[in-house]
Amino acid sequence: MTVSHHPDRALLLDYATGALSEPFALVVATHMALCPACRHEVSAMEAIGGAMLEASTDCSQAQPEDAFARLMAHVEAVPGEHAASQPAINDPALAAIPRPLRDRLPASPDQMPWRRQGPIETVFLPCDVPGYRVRMLRIAPGRGVPRHTHRGEELTLVLQGAYSDATGHFGRGDLETADPTLDHRPVADPGEQCICLAVTSAPLRLTGRLGRLIDHFLDI
Amino acid sequence: MFDSTGISELGGRHDVALQGLMASILSGEGNPARASHEADLLAVARDRDRVAFRRLFDHFAPRLRSFLRRLRTPEGTLDDLVQDVMASVWRRANSYDPAKASASTWIFTIARNRRIDLARRKRPEVDLDDPATVHEEADGEPLPDEQASHGQLAVILRDAIAQLPPDQSEIVALAYQRDMSHSEIASELDLPLGTVKSRLRLALVKLRTAMEGLD
Repeated sequence: MTVSHHPDRALLLDYATGALSEPFALVVATHMALCPACRHEVSAMEAIGGAMLEASTDCSQAQPEDAFARLMAHVEAVPGEHAASQPAINDPALAAIPRPLRDRLPASPDQMPWRRQGPIETVFLPCDVPGYRVRMLRIAPGRGVPRHTHRGEELTLVLQGAYSDATGHFGRGDLETADPTLDHRPVADPGEQCICLAVTSAPLRLTGRLGRLIDHFLDI
Repeated sequence: MFDSTGISELGGRHDVALQGLMASILSGEGNPARASHEADLLAVARDRDRVAFRRLFDHFAPRLRSFLRRLRTPEGTLDDLVQDVMASVWRRANSYDPAKASASTWIFTIARNRRIDLARRKRPEVDLDDPATVHEEADGEPLPDEQASHGQLAVILRDAIAQLPPDQSEIVALAYQRDMSHSEIASELDLPLGTVKSRLRLALVKLRTAMEGLD
């Protein structure tokens, strides 16, 4: 399996510096679990950060004299950390979802409370960052999503199956970035359900009667 | 919490701060003394070696203070945050893998993650031991850190940044030293998003090439 659609470097850099919003970081980290090349890229960006830290010596103010002694008194009161080992997962559909996302799913994809919205089914995942929507999408084999645009930026990551739109073919691990200028109509490949993680930043909702009407049509 | 101090507050001051940063990088200050921080970290992990940890503290605590101060950390909490990051270094030393990162890169990621924790945000991370994680079939090219072992990276980066056009080095510094996302950088500099992205891409390709060109 080769991933052919990656997040752009600006997104990877935001992830590496820690500036990326948590919902978008969820998509990027889940993509990275499926894409050794992007992990490699982020490691290189972290190495730049390490070199920046190494070069940060313009601070003339010394550490307080007792800083080390205070630190040792603090750390010796607390035991070292060991990473907890993860329990094995028996459900193959759940086991195929990389961990940063799996930890946030309410159940195995087969057992999630999918809600039908036209030709697609969705499950909203909890998201406490204002302005973002985090959803799992399921498209039946060979079915299309109606033509739509986006209000904000949308990142879509394919986890199972594949879809195509005017910009290309997207399989497991591929990430598509859509901004409000993209007008697309994704169609799932025949033969297998297509399951995706989609995160949208929707900074502004339209208001007013006309706005709500427009909103309704935009709201895919 | 540190992010809430706002970007607008920077006003015209960031030019001065960035010049300071660039000056310190370009002057070659902080070229690593060649005691191996990596070996010290491993000694802390293995033996809880306090002498090794003292060396790490003396080297990294002032750098962390300077680095975190630029990242809009309020002055009053700066020393506490440095202590907090160094405490994590002590506690988590057993998860350090010298094949994956230099000591300074690893400590950079610890500081980044502590800042995210303290801002009560979560950071989704890849779990390399997760069966769903896809690994390269053959061993890929080594990471930049493996090639540029023991902190040579600071020197390489200094030279590579010196060769970046000012419009690119400014954006790289804002990303790393101000913790700004590319869209925040675009509004700070009043540039179209596409311009910021293409300058970042150019700069990163050059820095990456410089790091990988090291024998």
